[in-house]
Amino acid sequence: MMEDFNSETDSDYTSYWRDWFISSRGNEYFCEIDEEYLTDRFNLTGLNTEVPYYQYALDLVTDVFDLDADDDLREQIEKSARHLYGLVHARYIVTTRGLTKMVDKYKKGDFGKCPRVMCEGQPLLPMGQHDIPNMSTVRLYCPKCEDLYNPKSSRHASIDGAYFGASFPSMLFQVYPGLVPEKSTSRYEPRIYGFKVHAAAALARWQDQYREDMKSRLRDAGMEVNSQGCIIGKRGQ
Amino acid sequence: MSSSEGAPESWISSFCSLMGHEFFAEVSEDFIEDDFNLTGLQSQVPMYKEALEMILDVEPEEDEDEDEEEEEEEDEDELLGDEKLPGYRRAGDRRHTRVASDLSVIESSAELLYGLIHQRYITSRPGIQQMLEKYEMQHFGVCPRVYCNGCKVLPVGRSDTPGQETVKLFCPSCQDLYTPPNSRFHSVDGAFFGTTFGCLFFMTFPDLDIGPRLDSSLVSPARSSTVNNQVSPDVPPAHQPVEINGVRTANFCPGLGLGKIYESRIYGFRVSERSRTGPRMKWLRMKPTDVEELNEMARYEAARREADNDGDTEMGAAPAGGAQNSAIAKRKKAPMRRRRYNPDQMSINGAEAG
Ligand SMILES: [Zn+2]
Ligand SMILES: [Zn+2]
Repeated sequence: MMEDFNSETDSDYTSYWRDWFISSRGNEYFCEIDEEYLTDRFNLTGLNTEVPYYQYALDLVTDVFDLDADDDLREQIEKSARHLYGLVHARYIVTTRGLTKMVDKYKKGDFGKCPRVMCEGQPLLPMGQHDIPNMSTVRLYCPKCEDLYNPKSSRHASIDGAYFGASFPSMLFQVYPGLVPEKSTSRYEPRIYGFKVHAAAALARWQDQYREDMKSRLRDAGMEVNSQGCIIGKRGQ
Repeated sequence: MSSSEGAPESWISSFCSLMGHEFFAEVSEDFIEDDFNLTGLQSQVPMYKEALEMILDVEPEEDEDEDEEEEEEEDEDELLGDEKLPGYRRAGDRRHTRVASDLSVIESSAELLYGLIHQRYITSRPGIQQMLEKYEMQHFGVCPRVYCNGCKVLPVGRSDTPGQETVKLFCPSCQDLYTPPNSRFHSVDGAFFGTTFGCLFFMTFPDLDIGPRLDSSLVSPARSSTVNNQVSPDVPPAHQPVEINGVRTANFCPGLGLGKIYESRIYGFRVSERSRTGPRMKWLRMKPTDVEELNEMARYEAARREADNDGDTEMGAAPAGGAQNSAIAKRKKAPMRRRRYNPDQMSINGAEAG
């Protein structure tokens, strides 16, 4: 893993706005975007049309805002700054440096644990179902059951999913395949007075067959597969 | 016998209004006073009689003799529980010296007893009806899974024995179990709801609508967009049965199946199954587009007729092998094969990656 301490935000420079933003209640899912990433115009391509008061917003985020604005305008710019930060954030967290920061947060459990009982507290990752803002709110991806959940806290439930993007978890595990958790085939078996319920049991058998089919496909393609269906090697290696 | 008019809340309603006890139904006194409903609970609950009296707000009877061998009596109380009623009478008198410790023991016994009665009550006719009202008012919350679209959940246990596991939430839309989001429920015993209640509830009320109910404007992921995790749901063949394996087809896991499964993508391109980090868990959220595939009996019968054999197959012998069974297996696999799509289309990450 690349450790790049140099690009840590310059220690002689305090990022007031970003410090405030990421430490605000409800913003726990966000990591801090590097100064140098924010000031490289290339990384912001296309955002000037997406964000009202773009330049002021950017100035605010980078702590160089010095406009003597009235409260209303200030409020507008503040809102734009948060929106801009979110949109840049989605781009930043799929960079090497952004991924590192999000992996740290993932390992600390900053994004919560999977609510599914069988996932046994697997840490989650935030993501969007869309890359375009105002389409859907942030979701939490569980890499163990590979499913999406809504944040349990209402202060997270209103965050735009586009601030994390639809590619983020897949990208993270692509870059850090070692972080993919072990999968589990255990499932909840509904029972009545101790007896399995037929409808649920029939579906479970069908699903097991579906998984076996996947394993056969992978084996046919020359993969070595474990009982959970995970690829553990290639045949002949 | 019972608490007087105008008295403060009954023990039961104050127990149910405690923080963290929001899932509990108020068990009716009629139910508790019917000894049949309490069969077998005496041996499971210490100080059973006292606990039961506390639940029913019965004042312990007074007794005069105070000066007996208290230590021994106490021990016997613990050991013999309800069988030693006179011991309890004295305990009531000794309230001044033993009040704190005694009451807290009885209190926790009462909670245990109430929980165990509750487990039985909510599978009785009046109890399940009361839970239906709570369910419909969404007292138990909704499924956290995005593709379940806010389906209401039900509290259940994974064990009927107290002290094993805390209460969980069962979602009828994905047939899965979740930890309650609020930590106040993380100390509520799952056995107080039990293993039977969840399924019995949905079998008792088969017409409950468990389909999507949240406003789909923001929640539904089914809208078209440039980046979308959806696969377009296959249209089920016509003539789907009204019921499958005893469950209304419309209510059979509406949160599962094609279109209700997360698809891992990078910049819009699906991550291949052949990638090391490719999807492995689709089976968990999959169901057949044609629910007839789940009608194992019909399929078995069909295969049997087709196999044109001696016809001496036994029920239990199906998976064991033999010509007949391979015919069944072939039939079983056929719809699976048809369903497969080529997972490598649109994939940016084939077998070599990882
Ligand atoms: Zn999970
Ligand atoms: Zn669900």
